[in-house]
Amino acid sequence: MLKLKKKKKDFMGTSSIWFIRIMFFSLILILLLLLGKIIVQGASTISVEFVFDDPKNNMTEGGIFPAIFGTIAVTFIMILFAVPLGVFSAIYLNEYAKDSIFTRIIRTSINNLAGIPSIVFGLFGLGFFILFVGRNMDEVLQTGLLFGQPALLWAAATLAVLVLPIVIVSTLEALNSVPKSHRDASYGLGATKWQTIKNVVLPQARPGILTGTILAISRGAGETAPILFLGAAFFLPNLPVTDLCIGDYCIPVINPAKQFMYLAYHIFILATQSSNPTKTLPLQYGSTLVLIALTFLLNITAIIFRYRFRKSLGRI
Amino acid sequence: MAEIKIVTKNLNLFYGEKQALKNITLNIPDKKVTAFIGPSGCGKSTFLRVLNRMNDLIDNVRIDGEVSIDGVNVYDKNIDVVNLRKNVGMVFQKSNLFPKTIYENIVYGPKINGIKDKKVLNEIVERTLKQSAIWDEVKDRLNENALSLSGGQQQRLCIARALAVEPEIILMDEPASALDPISTAKIEELIHELKQKYTIVIVTHNMQQAARVSDITAFFYLGELIEFDRTTKIFTNPAKKQTEDYVTGRFG
Repeated sequence: MLKLKKKKKDFMGTSSIWFIRIMFFSLILILLLLLGKIIVQGASTISVEFVFDDPKNNMTEGGIFPAIFGTIAVTFIMILFAVPLGVFSAIYLNEYAKDSIFTRIIRTSINNLAGIPSIVFGLFGLGFFILFVGRNMDEVLQTGLLFGQPALLWAAATLAVLVLPIVIVSTLEALNSVPKSHRDASYGLGATKWQTIKNVVLPQARPGILTGTILAISRGAGETAPILFLGAAFFLPNLPVTDLCIGDYCIPVINPAKQFMYLAYHIFILATQSSNPTKTLPLQYGSTLVLIALTFLLNITAIIFRYRFRKSLGRI
Repeated sequence: MAEIKIVTKNLNLFYGEKQALKNITLNIPDKKVTAFIGPSGCGKSTFLRVLNRMNDLIDNVRIDGEVSIDGVNVYDKNIDVVNLRKNVGMVFQKSNLFPKTIYENIVYGPKINGIKDKKVLNEIVERTLKQSAIWDEVKDRLNENALSLSGGQQQRLCIARALAVEPEIILMDEPASALDPISTAKIEELIHELKQKYTIVIVTHNMQQAARVSDITAFFYLGELIEFDRTTKIFTNPAKKQTEDYVTGRFG
């Protein structure tokens, strides 16, 4: 005869669930406190003038427009460097390179690159991009002192190196997740390797590649240390923009040879280098909120793109 | 027997140190259905993939011996593998349609082979879908995602996709093993139709299926070709004891 046991009290089970719950709600609490404080304190500072004005009166008043513009300009150029370099390296590693000790060392190095303190990248940028590449370019091209000094271009290049592991690792994962059967189908129809990568693998990997780009943007826009010596200016109301003229028709373009203001660096300056840090406190909160909102906005744009790609693949 | 399409002579295949195919010599006739049967791991799928050099894509595979189609050595180093695979189509065990529309799946092959004319592509789509007996089911939804079709429809679409590059030989690797009996019957009917125009080689686990669809049957065991003969003979009066044991279900 079937004998059913009575339900026993599972003390360990219940207590672990409660422990996990407490941990989870602590996390939510920390997030809410952090975001909440910034939003509450920053919201009162934010206004149209704050976003679109230059800093005034020794940076104790006015807006932060040059810093916003600089941040967008640098991240934009950073993406132009990082995405092609990262994506094509990942394609090579995943699709073409044979599995050997050499490629394993490269894979490990890429992962290690992500763990290097960002200040080291800053010093690398100064030493490599400005003093080595820039100075030599000046010498070869006879341009005087044009490339061999801190500038937007080198800041973007250095940040690109910093975010490269993020782009490569997420692209590798995306490429890896494309089923082998789809590749087989393509080869079976008489496609070459490159046709298969271009028409079957890359379209399916696109959402994953975009995720990497999103992460890279967030990371790059929030970094301060690497750009310290690479052209981030203390106070520079002039935007890094030059008019590019074809005949009489002129359009303003980003000038990568100029120095720039940067939101994250600006916050650091306001908090530590200002003549009156207490007076600039609202500005600090306001700038922080703008930086968070900016990264959020960039992320949302990329997420919308990713959603569209996924939808076109019928995955949603 | 009919004209011979594919000839293999003393074919050996190694995965690293392990020998997966031993001395396979057989002749596959033109415009007939040849079935490969045998227990799992006997090398029948591996052998199928030898015929269009799909094994090239796997590291560590070494092949010696001879495979020729219409008298041309397929493993000659001057042979264009891409062109070979265009002529020797393949249908896989599990449907592997691309996450694209039905239309795009069919025109994928023709497009990479350089056909751009929309009219020609439309004709190919209609012809191949009719050939694979799925036209009526999908003609109004060509722009829907192919993955929204049922399993059986997807597999027939895979066959249509393979036909779109106009191969002469179609290799089928257990094409119905994941399908319900009705879809399986449709696929088998389709194979019957297709052998008028194509040489078909099919790997199957299902012995009734081999008996129903094929003209010639090859029985593989542990990487060796045990017996190769007319299907009726293999299933009623096999020459070897092992074959008899297998087809009567005594082992495997």
